[in-house]
Amino acid sequence: MINFVIRRIGIAIPTLLILIAISFFLMHAAPGGPFNSERGVPPEVLANLNAKYGLDQPLIVQLWNYIWDIITKFDFGPSMVFKTRTVNDIIAQGFPVTFTYGTWSFVVAVVVGVSLGVAAAVNHNSWLDYIAVGISIGAQVLPNFVLAPILVLIFTLGLHWLPGGGWNGGHWPYPVMPIIALSTSFMASIARITRSSMLEVLHSNFIRTARAKGLPKNTVIWKHAFKPSLLPVISYLAPAFVGMITGSVVVDVYFSTGGMGQLFVASATSRDYSTMMGITILYGVLTIVFNMLADILYAWIDPKIRL
Amino acid sequence: MKHTLIRTSAYALGVASIALFGLSAQAAMVPAGATLADDQTFTMRVLSEFDAIDPQLSETVDAAGVERDLFEGLFNQDAEGNLVPGVALSYDLSDDKTVYTFHLRPEAMWSDGNPVTAGDFEYAWKRLADPATGSPYQWYVTIMGLKNGDAVTAGDMPLDDLGVKAIDDHTLEVTLEQPTPYFTKTTVNASTFPVPKWVIDEYGDDWTLPEHIVGNGAYILTEHVPNERLVRERNPKYWDDAHTVITKTTSLIINDENIALARWKAGEVDRTEVPTGQFPTLKSEYPDSALSAPRLCTYYYWYNETDTGPEALKDVRVRQALSYAVDRNVITDQILQGGQFPAYTFTPAATAGFTPPSVPFGEMTQAERDEKAKELMAAAGYGADNPLAFDLNYNTSEAHKQIATVIAQMWKTKLGVDATLVNMEGQTYFSELRNGNFDVARSGWCGDYNEASTFLDLVRTDSGQNDGHYSNAEVDALMAEAKTMEDPNANYEKVEQIIAEDMPIIPVYHYATSFMIDPGLAQSWPLGNVEQNWYSKDLYRIAK
Repeated sequence: MINFVIRRIGIAIPTLLILIAISFFLMHAAPGGPFNSERGVPPEVLANLNAKYGLDQPLIVQLWNYIWDIITKFDFGPSMVFKTRTVNDIIAQGFPVTFTYGTWSFVVAVVVGVSLGVAAAVNHNSWLDYIAVGISIGAQVLPNFVLAPILVLIFTLGLHWLPGGGWNGGHWPYPVMPIIALSTSFMASIARITRSSMLEVLHSNFIRTARAKGLPKNTVIWKHAFKPSLLPVISYLAPAFVGMITGSVVVDVYFSTGGMGQLFVASATSRDYSTMMGITILYGVLTIVFNMLADILYAWIDPKIRL
Repeated sequence: MKHTLIRTSAYALGVASIALFGLSAQAAMVPAGATLADDQTFTMRVLSEFDAIDPQLSETVDAAGVERDLFEGLFNQDAEGNLVPGVALSYDLSDDKTVYTFHLRPEAMWSDGNPVTAGDFEYAWKRLADPATGSPYQWYVTIMGLKNGDAVTAGDMPLDDLGVKAIDDHTLEVTLEQPTPYFTKTTVNASTFPVPKWVIDEYGDDWTLPEHIVGNGAYILTEHVPNERLVRERNPKYWDDAHTVITKTTSLIINDENIALARWKAGEVDRTEVPTGQFPTLKSEYPDSALSAPRLCTYYYWYNETDTGPEALKDVRVRQALSYAVDRNVITDQILQGGQFPAYTFTPAATAGFTPPSVPFGEMTQAERDEKAKELMAAAGYGADNPLAFDLNYNTSEAHKQIATVIAQMWKTKLGVDATLVNMEGQTYFSELRNGNFDVARSGWCGDYNEASTFLDLVRTDSGQNDGHYSNAEVDALMAEAKTMEDPNANYEKVEQIIAEDMPIIPVYHYATSFMIDPGLAQSWPLGNVEQNWYSKDLYRIAK
């Protein structure tokens, strides 16, 4: 097991370095720059700005300096758009927001999704199955950019129950609509995966044997069928969790949460190189780490994986 | 010998306004008999996070709005856009009109209790010009016409050679490169606001955090959650705090304008912009809240007249024909519907002290313009057997797309022209525009100050904003001469006439600002200020 973990870490580090290099060159290959705007900046002013942010250096030198500052000082550099803020500041402010509503969304999606999936599978072809499948298909086909304004229409303008946006330090009830909007489609996927996996397990030989032994239904489901039916769900959960805690541009834009999703897109469109790199690295690290954790978890559940 | 403007225009700026303040109970001019609401807070929507709350480092309109609350420059503007005293009470002007001596308000104070001095202005202006600052607004020093501005910003001269000097704590001397009649108007721009050197020296870039920031404006920054909200509350040290009404202004960052409108309807914000095309509906539903007013901005298309542009667009007949065939009324009345004005000149009619001349093609009916356009295209050799084709570039925006689609359709049906719409995301678009990689491209310009040259300077050969690379020696000479004229309007009119003939651009419409505002605040909103330079200190909320 330890060898397996070491091997996965050994792969993760060069993966991250390749990610940084490719992102860096792709980003600089895009036309325009952080100081382009409707109003053309005079060449001498542009030269001063480029010099201030080191953009007058050869690309390879910029990349080296960037990686060196991260390794030696954990410094992701100054933002080129938000002039008085560093990328470290921006991530330190935005990430806790997305992490909070992302984690809650994850919990909601897993609890509701797994419950719906199990209920549907256990009551296969019953009205409960049809309702669960109906809910999950409905949630799956309703994109969050449609769901978000519907939520505002119902809960803000119609019922006056919830604020139409803002984060307010994450205090109740501000995160409610962001959590619903973000978790819905993940919940639907989890429900569908759980249902089909559970159905497959329930039709397998060992379950038939358990039933033949006369074990009670609940014991068969929870003791024998539940754990193996979660395997496909777990492999889905790692990228889903990263997707949720790194935020969603739709949720951030519609609910003005101040989270990372909107920042990531805005930094790309405004060519805020340092912010875009910082967020890319953060997302990269999270994706690699959680995929690694999923692999380790998988290996722990199913020893065949380690072979 | 110096000519004291206190006796002339400075009286209008200084003494008259001071008398007005003296008579009024408030800086906010609350009408007699009006009852103020108990709640005097103001919450407004802004599109995105502020690039900085540092007068010399920010460049966005929203940031400037906050900075007008937190800092105060030499002059402010009133509800009509006229200059009124800020930190400066008056000024003297030298006989050669290049040296301004400003007399500063002795009672002006920073929020930490230090007096506001001429040295604070000298420091701020040098900070703006300093290449080491890396200000995106560094070029504004040149717009102001400060002596040696170009050389200092390029790093070819030391900062001390910049034409600004504190004579004593309350006397600021400004030397210009040449007489610039609109110079005082440039001092309402946020990039010219004083900043506290001692705070910047102590905290560096962190000086604008709420726990550190020191300002000299009517409000102090009390909360800033990036990407979510920014709150400023009354500054008791402000010299006119006793006459200020609004106690707290909050800017909420709401990226989507339709969501912002929903939150306005829910009562969460007092002011938000009207999404494109929704003004008529909202006006009928909320007549007291849906407001629209002219803005000092023009929407237009550039023709690329360089070698990288199509040969056809170098033919003035083609440029005229394409411009004539654009039915501006369709765009303002059926697409935008927010009170915008059809444009036939570059300078908007809202510009102070200048009435754009009637240009011949603006006087025609659209049917006449269409007829003339067909004649011009035929004379230039384009028609059904030799159709003209080119790209029409615009940056991503639903409104830009709608306008481009309609204009391309007008060209197609009236002139048989095939304009291919090319949509690009903003940074790519502006890069291609600056590099001359376009045929026809959309653009927009808002005045840096309220005077016609802020528009007409764009068509000078040497203008950095002349993206079409239009060049006319007569225009250059007229604009150069206008810089030193007592009354340059005749030159501006002539330039408008020339560009209506040469047609380097297609003026499409002049902007209007249309927004929803709480009816209690509507009365105090400065609709007459075409630059939309508003100050929280001048607002008030009437009881419902």
